[in-house]
Amino acid sequence: MQRIVIAALSGGLFGAGLLVSGMTDTTKVQGWLDVFGAWDPTLAFVLGGAILPMLVAWHMTTKRAVSLAGTPFPNRPDPRLGHNLVIGSVLFGAGWGLVGLCPGPAIASLSWGGTGGIVFILAMIGGMLVAQPIRLQIDRLAAA
Amino acid sequence: MPRRFSEQDKNMIQADWIWGLVGGLMIGTAAAIFLLGNGRIMGASGIIGGLVDRSGLGNWAERVAFLAALVVVPALMLPLFSVEVSTNVTSNLAIVIAGGLLVGIGTRLANGCTSGHGVCGISRFSLRGIVATVFYLLAGGIAMVLFRHVLGVI
Repeated sequence: MQRIVIAALSGGLFGAGLLVSGMTDTTKVQGWLDVFGAWDPTLAFVLGGAILPMLVAWHMTTKRAVSLAGTPFPNRPDPRLGHNLVIGSVLFGAGWGLVGLCPGPAIASLSWGGTGGIVFILAMIGGMLVAQPIRLQIDRLAAA
Repeated sequence: MPRRFSEQDKNMIQADWIWGLVGGLMIGTAAAIFLLGNGRIMGASGIIGGLVDRSGLGNWAERVAFLAALVVVPALMLPLFSVEVSTNVTSNLAIVIAGGLLVGIGTRLANGCTSGHGVCGISRFSLRGIVATVFYLLAGGIAMVLFRHVLGVI
């Protein structure tokens, strides 16, 4: 139960922050990416602001053995980069630029995003469903 | 064609920076609560993707609670805004579908998006998070050049 309450607190605050910061507005995200247009630096303030509490949080994980829920903290990720990290990030960035939505803001704006927002979420879920076969195909090509 | 800003526009843009910083601090605090409370990385694509491809059903209730609050809390805040809140998503559904597919495939291949790699990865100086962020920012910038300035479709 405690884990569910903490997850809801985190999700709610995440959604509130996305709305307050303007990141649920695709024109602000595309404005940041559009370096050769009317460039909008807001996203840098959002990312910078978000990293600050997490610097403290990661430091706190070194002082404690486990989380409040008693679960271990995430291991350091595999330092190897891998082709899927780069290919995936390029595909994600292209889709992010095309529409101006990434997964968090897409879900946060579900209640007011209209048809376009819902179609985006459905397409994103479809993409997630086919990602695993695509990953296997890429790995096969990379190994060849 | 670069837009020219009036004085009033400039003040509004700077207010947006402050709201961006405030909202960013809220996002980072949310990620800190998830990490210190549940020992989990607050990555939106991972939380959704684990339900979609059934790889994360072991803690489905935590994922559903996170996503439900992510939808409900901003919805409840809308009356606080004096101007109408809009996502301004393009009405071109072909673009929306293409973008959604790319975001879904890309975030699962890369194991993360702006929240997981960007917020949670960079803050622990993870090389994977930093490299992912560089590539999705570059790809997003190139997409703007190509689709807005060259092809003119967005």
